[in-house]
Amino acid sequence: MSEKSSLKFFGKNSFPRRLLRFLGTMELAITLLITLAIASVIGTVLQQNQPYTDYLIKFGPFWFEVFESVGLYDVYSAPWFLVILTLLVISTAICVTRHTPSMLKDMRNLRTQVQRKSLASMKHNEQWASADAPATLAANFQQQLKDEGFRTRLTDRNGALLVSAMRGGINRLGYLLTHIAIVVICVGGLMDGNLPLKLAEWRGQIQIETRDLPLSQIPQESRLAVGKQAFRGSVSIPEGRSSEVVFLPMRDGYLVQALPFRIELEEFRIEHYDNGQPKSFESDLVIHDPELDEPLRQTIAVNHPLVHKGYAIYQASFADGGSILQVEAWPFDHRAGDPVMLDTKVFDNRDMRWGDRQYRLEMTNFRLFNINPDPTDEEPRRVRNYGPSIGFILRSHTGEATEYENYMFPIEREGRRFYLSGVRGSPSENFSYLHLPADANDGVEGFMEYLARLRDRELVGEIAQMMTRDALADLPEPDANLEESLQQTLMTLVGMFVRGGFDEVREFVENSLPEIERQTLAPAYLGMLREMLARVYFAGVEGHELDNTDNQNIFFLQDAVDAIGSLPRYHSPVFLMLHDYEHIQASGLQIARAPGQFIVYFGSVMLMAGLFILFYLPQRRLWVWLDAEGTGSRVLLAGMTNRNPRDFDGFFDEIQQLLKPDKREL
Amino acid sequence: MSETIRQNQTDSQSWLAVGAWWTLLLLATVFILVAYGDHLDVYEVTILFITGFSMAWLGKVWPPFRWHALAVAILSLFALQRYGGDLSMAQQDGWLNYILASQSAFMWMSAFYIAATFTYFGGLIARSDYTQKLGSSFAWIATTMGMTGLMVRWRESHMLGSDIGYIPVSNLYEVFILFCVVTAMIYLFYERRYKTRGLGGFVMLIITAAVMFLLWYAFDRNAHEIEPLVPALQSYWMKIHVPTNFIGYGAFAIAAMIGVAYLLVSSRAEKNPQSHFVKSMPSLAAMDDLMHKSIALGFAFFTVATILGAFWAAEAWGGYWSWDPKETWALIVWLNYAAWLHMRFTKGWHGRPMAWWAIVGLFITLFAFLGVNMFLSGLHSYGGL
Repeated sequence: MSEKSSLKFFGKNSFPRRLLRFLGTMELAITLLITLAIASVIGTVLQQNQPYTDYLIKFGPFWFEVFESVGLYDVYSAPWFLVILTLLVISTAICVTRHTPSMLKDMRNLRTQVQRKSLASMKHNEQWASADAPATLAANFQQQLKDEGFRTRLTDRNGALLVSAMRGGINRLGYLLTHIAIVVICVGGLMDGNLPLKLAEWRGQIQIETRDLPLSQIPQESRLAVGKQAFRGSVSIPEGRSSEVVFLPMRDGYLVQALPFRIELEEFRIEHYDNGQPKSFESDLVIHDPELDEPLRQTIAVNHPLVHKGYAIYQASFADGGSILQVEAWPFDHRAGDPVMLDTKVFDNRDMRWGDRQYRLEMTNFRLFNINPDPTDEEPRRVRNYGPSIGFILRSHTGEATEYENYMFPIEREGRRFYLSGVRGSPSENFSYLHLPADANDGVEGFMEYLARLRDRELVGEIAQMMTRDALADLPEPDANLEESLQQTLMTLVGMFVRGGFDEVREFVENSLPEIERQTLAPAYLGMLREMLARVYFAGVEGHELDNTDNQNIFFLQDAVDAIGSLPRYHSPVFLMLHDYEHIQASGLQIARAPGQFIVYFGSVMLMAGLFILFYLPQRRLWVWLDAEGTGSRVLLAGMTNRNPRDFDGFFDEIQQLLKPDKREL
Repeated sequence: MSETIRQNQTDSQSWLAVGAWWTLLLLATVFILVAYGDHLDVYEVTILFITGFSMAWLGKVWPPFRWHALAVAILSLFALQRYGGDLSMAQQDGWLNYILASQSAFMWMSAFYIAATFTYFGGLIARSDYTQKLGSSFAWIATTMGMTGLMVRWRESHMLGSDIGYIPVSNLYEVFILFCVVTAMIYLFYERRYKTRGLGGFVMLIITAAVMFLLWYAFDRNAHEIEPLVPALQSYWMKIHVPTNFIGYGAFAIAAMIGVAYLLVSSRAEKNPQSHFVKSMPSLAAMDDLMHKSIALGFAFFTVATILGAFWAAEAWGGYWSWDPKETWALIVWLNYAAWLHMRFTKGWHGRPMAWWAIVGLFITLFAFLGVNMFLSGLHSYGGL
């Protein structure tokens, strides 16, 4: 490179200089502020870092890819976002660098070179004559201004005397502090961000794991060694177990970060207020660190993390840690077998067979408390504890999964007791509940027996025959054909109801009856069905005379019929009843290392201090120009401020009153 | 000479009053330390001292604040005495039932803020200085009742159960009251200092809007009921993070309402500079300046609040910044006002565009304050509707 071209390169109007100037302009800075604000909105409107399948469902395959490519699922670490942020930092840095020398000078400089003419043309100025000599006045003024907190200097300006004074020179420091603070905070924040991980991934040194694997099978490329780097991740540890790693969520997968110590969870506790709301979440932790003489024991809680060697451990969440469960499985169809007792635990999967169908039962959750508002209650804010529940998924041989939530104890509604079981086809739906009426012994036997009776063709046939006879008793002469067909119809109705609920019965009525007769016959059919259902029920009750039944039986019958009617939509061949449990919890810990934290905090303190200095300690300058006039002097007082000019108006008046001798006092 | 002497007299009188004020504060602080010292940790004692010093300073530069604080203290202590530790006294005791139980106090607050709005505007229309002064008095009474209500509610939460009590700034209902009180206080400070009574009605308008929301929220949603605190909020940080934030919100709200007044006056002044409305309002330059002061105040406190929030987040959520919707919107609000202030300082923008921008700023702030809780989900969801 020749000398000339290098000169040109660094010359006044060379491209780098112009670029530098452009980067330091206020226009760019303000544009960047606004752009950053608008860009930030995106990440609050679109929920960030959700499972990628959720986005796929939401946007469809085309837009999913478009949005993914511009990093909308993790906006705040998208390259373009970081570029805006970096530009803002550069712009601020250039601005500060350019202004620092003059600001520092301005903090000290009393401007003793100022001309009388320019003082006289200032917005705030006042002139008067005094009998005292300039030197005397100057000494007085200097003392008075010093008392007001001004720094002063006296200079001789070709025979005239000039007192220059300044207060609040520190105001310029406010500018420097606030703007340097922004750079410091961003640098600190960058140190704690996941940019290094992104770069390592980009260079192919690490690979994000997207599969759900046991820890031992996670490949080496997805593991990060203990080091000085920042990270933020989480791990769920069951009671009595421990972990030496933490999982860092990355886009649609995760990385495994090793810890230099082992965290053991002894116990996790939830305390509740009297009204059932959670009061505290606490974990008793033991840190096994080879560098410690003995393990460190500490209890952490929300708002009370443990910091060990720069690793901060937070109480973040809780989950089931594999509770041991004893579950009784009641087939709805008694022909599929007797009820069985299953010994299982949360996260256990097993294959089951009921009748001719194969199912996979996945136990997913156990909850000791279900403190929910009662939807039937007048006051929805009043909550109560519905006791333990289990969550599980039944997967059919075709892979179709249905999720269930069964409560251990019956729940009382209007004096009747029900076993509640929630069912839904996908996690995005709300549970709809099957209300299984509890019998007099708080069991489901009563319901199951009734269901079994309805399936008993022989019994149903007998009862249908009896009902037919009762119904046709008034006919003048018996009609065997009619009897036969009515009995058949009653049996069919019951069969349809047990198989397909009211839906199938209704469908049958609509399809098999001519439209003209439907109006009158449909209610008759349903009435007959109800009568049959009642007869079958009371056939199983001791002393089964229909007219001396009590309310309890009527209600039970009604609830049982409702439950059977909705069974087809329950999609499960069995009812699982939680019999016994041993609660094992897991504590969700968030573990973070943020080496930039103190830099950010330092910057934040600078920012706060700087702002108050900038806004509330204005720089105020005063000058008194003293010309000799006879034995006395001619006084010119002038002043200026860099902030709050309207407050300065009043201040200048006060100063004037202070320095200018009051006529009345003479 | 006599002028000077009188000056010195008032000086010594005012120093006497300040001295008495500081002595009272000192006694109150000592009393709190003696009575409750065992329950306070080092952070809470620090907060107590910060509060003491702030009140000492505020009372010195702003004499009416001393009377306000004294009135709040007396009313609150009287209410506590009537309660005597039994929450059911709220219905049995006449004083509590009609005036001092927190819910009654808030109703008085609401009534007086609404009354203040009408009186301020009434005085402006009827050209009556006296009526406008009455507006100021109503605003003071409302603020005193609101503050008393908050103090009493603090105590009521403790009476609800030994493990429940907390400072009433934990949910949307409580912070709305805080918003009303803080906004009114900032305005009343400016009103005395810059003689801007014409702006009173405009500022009270936004407070009235907040009051309307409060009434709906209490009567329709029963939001006034005291609920125990969720674990994430059980921290001394709440005591400083929330009030600091609301000084910011309050100042931004005032700036926006001054912006509204500015736009009205300037459009009126264009048509008729001699109109009564233009003359009875503060000058355009004064409003412009006050708008700027308000935003500067809000910006300073909002910055502090956001930083305190970050410090708290580092203790509660495992990181000082998580790009949670609330945090992000706080940043957006901050960036917006930072741009406003830069335009003003370095580009010298003023007048109408800045007034419009201040109004837009309030909507952004409003979204950060309310919209985030209503429409977006995140960690910071303590005040759902």
